[in-house]
Amino acid sequence: MASSKTQKPAVARFADHEVITPPHKLGRVVARATADDDPVARAEAALAQLSSQFTDWMNDECEQLDRARERVREAGMGVQPREALFRVAHDIKGQAVTLGFPLVAEVAGGLCRLIEETRDPRRIPLRLIDQHVDAVRAIIREHARPHAHAVADKLMLSLRAVSEEFLRHEGKDAPVPIASPPLAPK
Amino acid sequence: MPPAGASAIVMIRIDFNRLRFLVIDDNAHMRRILRTLLHSFGTREVYEAEDGAAGLEAFTHIIPDIVITDWVMPIFDGLELTQMIRQPGANANPYVPIIMLTGYSDKRRVIAARDAGVTEFLAKPISAKALYHRIMNIVVNPRPFIRTSTYFGPDRRRNVNLNYVGVERRKGGKADIIKQQALFDKVKSSA
Repeated sequence: MASSKTQKPAVARFADHEVITPPHKLGRVVARATADDDPVARAEAALAQLSSQFTDWMNDECEQLDRARERVREAGMGVQPREALFRVAHDIKGQAVTLGFPLVAEVAGGLCRLIEETRDPRRIPLRLIDQHVDAVRAIIREHARPHAHAVADKLMLSLRAVSEEFLRHEGKDAPVPIASPPLAPK
Repeated sequence: MPPAGASAIVMIRIDFNRLRFLVIDDNAHMRRILRTLLHSFGTREVYEAEDGAAGLEAFTHIIPDIVITDWVMPIFDGLELTQMIRQPGANANPYVPIIMLTGYSDKRRVIAARDAGVTEFLAKPISAKALYHRIMNIVVNPRPFIRTSTYFGPDRRRNVNLNYVGVERRKGGKADIIKQQALFDKVKSSA
């Protein structure tokens, strides 16, 4: 845990900068490992245990996205509703892969990209936002069904094409290419 | 003693139960995932805050050993939080290691985080292995801090490239390349 002892950093001064070597307080936590010690495997096992809750979590996130979309519908794409929608979409983009929904991450990432890269976000058609939010809902809802992944993949690619077209139309001569989606877990 | 000619392989670990973490993320599920991973590594002390302002407040009171922060958060974001922490004299530990854990992964963002003073950048989706490696790097490969008129934070030059032929932007002679001995090297040399 953090030490309350005060140690001064060593400072070397040069013409236009200083190099400061702070006391390395964390050196105290380095120890020799034993052969059977595998903290990463332990953490992965703990995460696997937690995974029984992941679908519920994804549904919670989806509800929040829906609420943020409703707020945009009511108040328009002003700064606050837009930032709230972006934050939820960005959270989903960041955690959906961990929760086992990689295509949801792609769609949410597409919505983030639309909001971030449109010069005037108020020009984003509400219908396009709706399509992203509805796609997230549908992919989560149909997740367990056979062939759901193939349908979700097509949906994601269609949304991406429409968004690219919109961004191009909005003045982006050479839209930033989007990296290929990660492979979905089997 | 290893046999002559054989190099000793030293396995090291981190004594996580002696580390205090502060996790700042507006998403409760991500905080839960991080807490689970850190507890599994062996940490007992994991403190949480749900936005940049609460994070700064908690940082001041808890004095964590390592901060893990999200980027996109309400009130002020992880980048602004990092800049506030990296204010010499303004708080108890401006040198605290900061891991930026974020859904952003493009180069422009990574550079912005680096220039704000982030120690390690970790793009989501998170994995136990990636998080462990970032923490291990912080503990065994500490970097000195650099203060210029426009920057205060960990040395942004992670490696000294002896073949570099461009303009030397830092002024002050040879001595300004200071390599701090990594703990890993110390452990190896004492084996």
